[in-house]
Amino acid sequence: MAARKSAKKPNTSKEELLGYYREMLLIRRFEEKAGQLYGMGLIGGFCHLYIGQEAVVVGLEAAAKEGDKRLTSYRDHGHMLACGMDPKGVMAELTGRSGGLSKGKGGSMHMFSKEAHFYGGHGIVGAQVPIGTGLAFADKYKENGGVTFTYFGDGAANQGQVYESFNMAALWQLPVIYVIENNQYAMGTAVKRASSMPDMFKRGESFSIPGEAVDGMDVLAVKEAGQKAADHCRAGKGPYILEMKTYRYRGHSMSDPAKYRTREEVQKMREDHDAIESVRALLLNGKHATEDDLKAIDKEIKAIVNDSAEFAKESPLPAVEELWTDIYA
Amino acid sequence: MTMIEAIRDAHDVAMAADDRVVVFGEDVGFFGGVFRCTAGLQEKYGKSRCFDAPINESGIVGTAIGMAAYGLKPVIEIQFADYVYPAYDQIASEAARLRHRSNGDFTCPLVIRMPTGGGIFGGQTHSQSPEALFTHVSGLKVVLPSNPIDAKGLLLSAVADPDPVIFLEPKRLYNGPFDGHHDKPLTSWKNHPLGDVPDGDNAIPLGKATITRDGADVTVLAYGTMVYVAEAAAEETGVDAEIIDLRSLLPLDLDAISASVRKTGRCVIVHEATRTSGFGAELMSLVQETCFYHLEAPVIRVTGWDTPYPHAQEWEYFPGPARVGEALKKVMED
Ligand SMILES: Cc1ncc(C[n+]2csc(CCOP(=O)(O)OP(=O)(O)O)c2C)c(N)n1
Ligand SMILES: [Mg+2]
Repeated sequence: MAARKSAKKPNTSKEELLGYYREMLLIRRFEEKAGQLYGMGLIGGFCHLYIGQEAVVVGLEAAAKEGDKRLTSYRDHGHMLACGMDPKGVMAELTGRSGGLSKGKGGSMHMFSKEAHFYGGHGIVGAQVPIGTGLAFADKYKENGGVTFTYFGDGAANQGQVYESFNMAALWQLPVIYVIENNQYAMGTAVKRASSMPDMFKRGESFSIPGEAVDGMDVLAVKEAGQKAADHCRAGKGPYILEMKTYRYRGHSMSDPAKYRTREEVQKMREDHDAIESVRALLLNGKHATEDDLKAIDKEIKAIVNDSAEFAKESPLPAVEELWTDIYA
Repeated sequence: MTMIEAIRDAHDVAMAADDRVVVFGEDVGFFGGVFRCTAGLQEKYGKSRCFDAPINESGIVGTAIGMAAYGLKPVIEIQFADYVYPAYDQIASEAARLRHRSNGDFTCPLVIRMPTGGGIFGGQTHSQSPEALFTHVSGLKVVLPSNPIDAKGLLLSAVADPDPVIFLEPKRLYNGPFDGHHDKPLTSWKNHPLGDVPDGDNAIPLGKATITRDGADVTVLAYGTMVYVAEAAAEETGVDAEIIDLRSLLPLDLDAISASVRKTGRCVIVHEATRTSGFGAELMSLVQETCFYHLEAPVIRVTGWDTPYPHAQEWEYFPGPARVGEALKKVMED
């Protein structure tokens, strides 16, 4: 099955397209800034950028309703920005400051937000998948119509607990969408070197979970697929799998020189499939916006990102006592 | 040679000597390991002897147990010790007990390597020191080298060992010794005497500690990164400490420990891992049981705090030379 693509002439409104453009650009610029701060030594340790994959989370957030939950791996900055978490709090967590969303306790991989129903960044590959399944159980129990977007990678898709989750979710008919962000690599290992069956959307077949491959570089296709999956879940039909075919432009983390793939491969994805460029073209070609309109948005985003970086530099280091807080009630 | 190169060299020697040795793990084959400890092995020995595994800690350990039970000698890598928990069941319930419950019919000559410890700004999922989770399980051996020579020699013994060995590699020491002074320039193993790793099969037996600094006043029990921290603390406080690098926690060189404590009459135990039920608690009990009448002061532990490993406050958590130095002074005053 070919990956879902959006219809040639999308009857998408100008506002919607501008919204996607703005949100994807916010993620990209934010991540570029995080990369710079890392290079300057202001961020340390592990830091995984989402550049290239923006359409996945932005498209799916467009399909989410108030109260829906989401959780993901350590590659989590984009998810947080897309569900409305404060860029300042995210950036300040990266720099390990008291103004960070986890007050410097979690770092890049471990942030949460009750208001945004964001149940984390998770550093352990695959660990979030059963947790997302449990969140969906709670939704069903409370009969509140909520859906949980449980994101994980192509590498994580091989963890045993993913299949334990699939079985339980199907058995108990839970409203959970498993979003497999297939960016073709798990660290330095290409999908074909680690997966006997690379079509990840089929991985739910033996549990009777419907699955679908989606062009994850096409925000409209992502939105459409997300809508369909969410409707399925809300109708009480149980879990759904979306395999998002996507690509990360940067290394696995800031310390990865990405020697396991060629420059040309990356260049080709950027040139032919970039999600932001595609929406930009739709906006300009459809006469929804002028170059100047888009420049104004760029400027606005730049200001938000710069403010977040300033905040993340200025925010004080956490007090030493914070080490011992929030361990027990 | 760095510790990374020494580990790679040990693999090379073991694989060349015995074609039952197979090496696998996440990113281990094509990419050569995230820390490069297996770089070049796939080219040299082929894909059937050095290969990539999916992200399946439980599956990696479990399949390795099966291979070991039927005559192979797997040497596997868990990418960071923090990722071992999904495999813990296979390690504790299967690998450790296969010999016992099959009355020795089946054994498990398996080495599970994993980078351990902090000091690299890895936060709570890339910095832990879980050695006590393994020393608590009968049937496992637990080894933790602190320098390139030991890393190679002990790894060769681990591969030759007939039982499962957990081989913990302090990742902060991979490229050079580290004494806890994180603001000083990095030092490398190049030109360091312990980086001068001999060629060939220079196996170092498991269960033999080494004294890295002779002293008369207090015995310091340490392993991994803490060996260098203790050395710095002794220099900086002027306390004449005898520093013992345990090198292997199970089997433990209790003779070396008690001989030293009987001589000095004082003992400080240091580890990075959290305090409660850490390996230091075991060491303290053993020192009390074997040296009580020779002790002139209560034994002191310097450890990581009983908190998750922090992101922002690494150096407040890490038991550096200042904290170890205070303990040295205190034990001398008691
Ligand atoms: C249990 C566990 N094993 C291994 C790792 C190390 N690790 C971190 S990310 C990663 C690759 C994951 O790839 P994928 O699921 O495709 O996600 P991506 O990084 O591509 O977003 C690995 C092996 C880990 N964090 N946790
Ligand atoms: Mg991936």
